[in-house]
Amino acid sequence: MTIFHQIVDKPWLPLSDQVEQLHSGRSFHLPQKKLALRFFFAVGTVIFSLLTVSYAERMAYEVWRPLPETWLLWSNAAVLLFSSVAFQRATVCARRGETPSVQKALYAGGFFTLLFLAGQLLSWHQLQTGNALDPRNPANEFFILITGLHGLHLLGGLVVWGRTVLKLRRGSNPAVICRSVELCTAYWHFLFIIWLALFGLLFFPGGSLPIICRAF
Amino acid sequence: MANIAPTDAGYVPPAEVEDTELHDPQSFITKYIWSQDHKVIAIQYSMTALAVGMVALVLSWLMRLQLGFPETFSFIDEADYYQFITMHGMIMVIYLLTALFLGGFGNYLIPLMVGARDMVFPYLNMLSFWVYLLAVLVLMASFFVPGGPTGAGWTLYPPQAILSGTPGQEYGIVLMLASLVIFIVAFTMGGLNYVTTALQGRTRGMTLMRLPLTVWGIVTASILGLLAFPALFVGGVMMLLDKVLGTSFFMPTIVELGEQLEYGGGSPLLFQHLFWFFGHPEVYIVALPAFGIVSDLLATHARKSIFGYRMMVWAILAIGGLSFVVWAHHMFVSGMNPYFGFFFATTTLIIAVPTAIKVYNWVLTLWQADIHLTLPMLFSIGFIVTFVNGGITGLFLGNVVVDVPLSDTMFVVAHFHMVMGVAPILVIFGAIYHWYPLMTGRMLNEGMGQFHFWVTFLGAYLIYFPMHYLGFIGVPRRYYELGDTTFIPESAETLNAFITVAALVVGFAQLVFLYNMIHSFMKGRKSSQNPWSSASLEWQTPQKPPVHGNWGPSLPIVYRWAYDYSVPGAGRDYVPQNLPPDQVGDTDDPQPIGGGPVPAGQAAGVMEANK
Repeated sequence: MTIFHQIVDKPWLPLSDQVEQLHSGRSFHLPQKKLALRFFFAVGTVIFSLLTVSYAERMAYEVWRPLPETWLLWSNAAVLLFSSVAFQRATVCARRGETPSVQKALYAGGFFTLLFLAGQLLSWHQLQTGNALDPRNPANEFFILITGLHGLHLLGGLVVWGRTVLKLRRGSNPAVICRSVELCTAYWHFLFIIWLALFGLLFFPGGSLPIICRAF
Repeated sequence: MANIAPTDAGYVPPAEVEDTELHDPQSFITKYIWSQDHKVIAIQYSMTALAVGMVALVLSWLMRLQLGFPETFSFIDEADYYQFITMHGMIMVIYLLTALFLGGFGNYLIPLMVGARDMVFPYLNMLSFWVYLLAVLVLMASFFVPGGPTGAGWTLYPPQAILSGTPGQEYGIVLMLASLVIFIVAFTMGGLNYVTTALQGRTRGMTLMRLPLTVWGIVTASILGLLAFPALFVGGVMMLLDKVLGTSFFMPTIVELGEQLEYGGGSPLLFQHLFWFFGHPEVYIVALPAFGIVSDLLATHARKSIFGYRMMVWAILAIGGLSFVVWAHHMFVSGMNPYFGFFFATTTLIIAVPTAIKVYNWVLTLWQADIHLTLPMLFSIGFIVTFVNGGITGLFLGNVVVDVPLSDTMFVVAHFHMVMGVAPILVIFGAIYHWYPLMTGRMLNEGMGQFHFWVTFLGAYLIYFPMHYLGFIGVPRRYYELGDTTFIPESAETLNAFITVAALVVGFAQLVFLYNMIHSFMKGRKSSQNPWSSASLEWQTPQKPPVHGNWGPSLPIVYRWAYDYSVPGAGRDYVPQNLPPDQVGDTDDPQPIGGGPVPAGQAAGVMEANK
């Protein structure tokens, strides 16, 4: 082989073609809306993780103190848990095709969610009027911001919940209703887990997080 | 190249995704205004982005007039200048480039390239555009409020962004932040659609490793956007609360005009971290679609399969992943821990590896190819050269010791304009010249296109090459005028004037391009079915431009990847993705699949199971 042929030779090409013509990929066995919801969970997780990091950064400062613990927030957490349980019940009934039970469970889920939102508003009011707030404590404004954004996510969920209830009342296809209920249930579980994490962050720092933050 | 024609049996997996529900527009309003057709939405996105991009172009002219000929234009004062740079930067990065690549090209190409009838959530897609338009209108409204738009710089750093002395600190900054938050809502709706459609809306046979690189680039960029924009969202909401409600998320204890403000304890640095956690992936949100598109343009116009397809896919994914761990290289001068600086400098240099792989693969695609110097090819070659230039100066700035003296100089301006301004825009132009016939059924005028390319490409170098030298000698960025500065020679002023003239000429070339688009739409030469003899699926629709539903009565079946060009043994120099294996040897033009209108039942929605 001449030096020119050696320079222009491309021995990798046939090999490359063999690899590139394999085409062995497959589609995902996942409904479209479920996949989109999972991506939305990723978006929500990033939002609340960044808020957590931002809050943790402020914990390192001298002026920071944990928020006063109130019984109302404990009861709010319990109410959101009831809501999540109600949605789970709705999913189980929808899979069994027990439409009246689905309706009841969905109404219960919506009711507990509204109760939770009302409880959160009340907690804002209590914290602002109870002289428990130190205006210099950064925990206060983070509490309002984080619970506000969490509440907005729940309000968005209630829109989808409303559409699901409408579908149910109009007697839509049970398979369609089942899928909508499953999506709502996943969303409520997600927001309940987020709330648990935020609740723990805001009220039970346990001493280690500020120490880690101070180290940086 | 291996002879694949006889052996490419065309493995077609069974149908795993059912046909999608299709919105059926009846009136002019539902067809062209409140449209749920991805192609109409793509054009709506593109027109809005180009319109707002023209505003940003005019702002850049005004900026350059001030820099090139200071103390000449009485209608440009310091406040105006800062407002011009702020609005120019934000519009170009977010409202033009991001919106055009993802909302424009993403919307138009993803369903066509994956063989879908539409996006999987057409209503959400429509909503995405209208919310985007609202974001644009809110931003444009800031030109008309007292005090004008914000002049805080496109990075909007607090505390100065919301304090007196910064133009637009009353209403402009509020509208800017509100507009960004609205934009992110719009993008999230669109992004969920792009990703889900590419993953779940693919037609039979369109496996992931048969997707054109354009789809890989746009989808990866959409995932980056979904994960990065929340950082801007959080930062934007927090700063909005600082401004409107007086919270102190980012505001430290501070004195303004001799008066102690009520702010206290906030961290301005926290905003920088949030901003750049979004800001650096944003570079790749713009770059990855450009990488994908240019790969397809090169293969098509060089009549050769893309070199190293799988490597290209993995490089796109690797760049996307790495883009989340380099953000603090924008903050080397913020006083960070030196170990952090070392970490971020290292990750920055590592990201150059997959990027370089892509560049090598583009060049190797051109190696011994049948290169057709069409307009899309010229713009693609222009992109490679410009991207390499801009990327290499990025290696300078990625090193802490080199970045510190160059920080906040014109060198940085030249670097990011080359790498994420000019380079992606060259791809946008190439893509428009390439897909304009598909969108309109007509060809763009070649003469005007050649003028547009050469003036834009050479002009961009006349603007940004000298700017690097200005940066080297220490000319700072964001200065209204240099004044009597001892270390800056008079020649810098001359160079600035030269750059301004070049910028005005390049700007004029863009007006020619706009004229070409309008003129060709009405009077352009009619295009053939597949003017570039492209193998990818978007060119195989029964009608040009594709009609609502894209594919006629039946969806296409895909047998191969999108890069079968100059295949030995094949009857023609390209093998469309949907050509059955037994027809590969035919020398006649391949017939488009399907044909005729979409059956009414299908248009009204046939698939309940996937709701």
